[in-house]
Amino acid sequence: MKSILLGTAALAITASVAFAGSHSVVRMGTEGAYPPYNFINDAGEVDGFERELGDELCARAELTCEWVTNEWDSIIPNLVSGNYDTIIAGMSITAERDEVIDFTQNYTQPDPSSYLALDGTEVDFDGGVIAAQANTIQAAFIASSGATLVEFATPDETIAAVRNGEADAVLADDAYLRPIAEENADLVLLDRQELIGGGVGMGLRESDTELKDKFNAAIQSMKDDGSLNALLEKWEIGPGF
Amino acid sequence: MFSFCVDPASLDDLAWMACYLTTGKHMAIYTSVFTVFLLLAITAPTALAFGFLGASSARSHFAPLSWIGKAYIAIVRGVPDIAFFLFFVIALDQLFEWIRHEIKCPDWTDSIWQGNDFVVCDIAKLPLGNAPQWVHETYGFFLAVLTFAIVFGAFAANVLYGAMRAVPQNQLETAEAYGMTRRQVFWRILVPQMWVYALPGLSNLWMVLIKATPLLFLLGVEDIVYWARELGGAKTARFTDYPHGDWRMWYFLALLVFYLLFTRVSEIVLDKVMLRLTHGQATLAGDAQRKAA
Repeated sequence: MKSILLGTAALAITASVAFAGSHSVVRMGTEGAYPPYNFINDAGEVDGFERELGDELCARAELTCEWVTNEWDSIIPNLVSGNYDTIIAGMSITAERDEVIDFTQNYTQPDPSSYLALDGTEVDFDGGVIAAQANTIQAAFIASSGATLVEFATPDETIAAVRNGEADAVLADDAYLRPIAEENADLVLLDRQELIGGGVGMGLRESDTELKDKFNAAIQSMKDDGSLNALLEKWEIGPGF
Repeated sequence: MFSFCVDPASLDDLAWMACYLTTGKHMAIYTSVFTVFLLLAITAPTALAFGFLGASSARSHFAPLSWIGKAYIAIVRGVPDIAFFLFFVIALDQLFEWIRHEIKCPDWTDSIWQGNDFVVCDIAKLPLGNAPQWVHETYGFFLAVLTFAIVFGAFAANVLYGAMRAVPQNQLETAEAYGMTRRQVFWRILVPQMWVYALPGLSNLWMVLIKATPLLFLLGVEDIVYWARELGGAKTARFTDYPHGDWRMWYFLALLVFYLLFTRVSEIVLDKVMLRLTHGQATLAGDAQRKAA
């Protein structure tokens, strides 16, 4: 116990020596498991649409940013308690989340959610079993529909559940499911789509209005000069602005 | 890593595999093995120390100390691990920051709770917001060690408490009859003899601790199970040079082998320790050793 206390104390001291300032480094929290929005590339680094977007936003707002990965389930509690400063993880703006954290303006259009199923299965949208990632707008949508919801901690597991027959279909953002359907002959996107969510925005602490204003301005400038549309097109995420 | 890895799609199976297994992402799983070993190496002795403190205070003759010890054992053993790891760590982190906040920013008038947000002044953040990533990771790692030590310390305390009571009472009485003080009896008679009774329980705990390390990811420390899941998941060619199907089964098979080997080695070592501890003890095994000699 003594060594731990000493270790913590030593850490606290070294940490205090460093220069302190308001947001001299902005820590960007993401999940790293939701391509094309964010994922870990072969080199082991955060990559994807939101990586490029975030780096550009930080450059425009003249902030130094650092990328952190966190599990989806605890991504909001860790933001609120100050372990990082933003959530940039394909998080749709919803009224429920808005009660706990604040959002910047949306940087994607509301993207329709699609169903992915094994080729040839008849999916019963009102009584069947549909998979979704826990704590997502899709999970909330299925829960309020007639279908049975099975939740998984990671997006990857929802696809595996469809493959092994645990679920009839999976509901997720179209941009996430489309590349999977294109590369796997046995999986198809269904015709039906759901229009849920108000687009994706960056999540921030409610008390952090200064940082929110900076990012809002940066997003607006990227919308104005068309560079955001170019990024959306490059990563094939929904329609542009 | 290798020079021929420029265009993985054109490689034959063996070369592809060699390139695949040496990507930056795979390096992360190899380092996470050492993270797990390091965690165990630090946590085990710390938890044992917590356990020893808990057990000795639980059997203290000073009532408040005994209550504290017993409450620690009862509460921590009763709370589900996952709840402990999800909420306790955040609370612990906030406690540290709050203490620093009170010391460093006495002029701060706002409440530290602003709606849902926990806000302390910038110089009280732990680690500081602008500290490099490795400081954040080290801090997270120590929080993890501390949490593991508290949880497993409570179980160890219960084991040691039982072991202390298992030491034959007449030994302690004899020691007192020789004029030893209570402290001397504790350190010279009780403690050296209790380990033989404690070891079976402690070795169980050690095995459970080895397998509990995936809880690390709840604390933001990326361990081997996290990486196995991340690496094994199906990958599409758009986002990686090494597309493959759902390979989680193979990764988890590798984990299975790793954990089996690790627990087997632990068993062998623990058996050796047991052999040493039983030497000269007034137990069945100790008696057998004496007769064989």
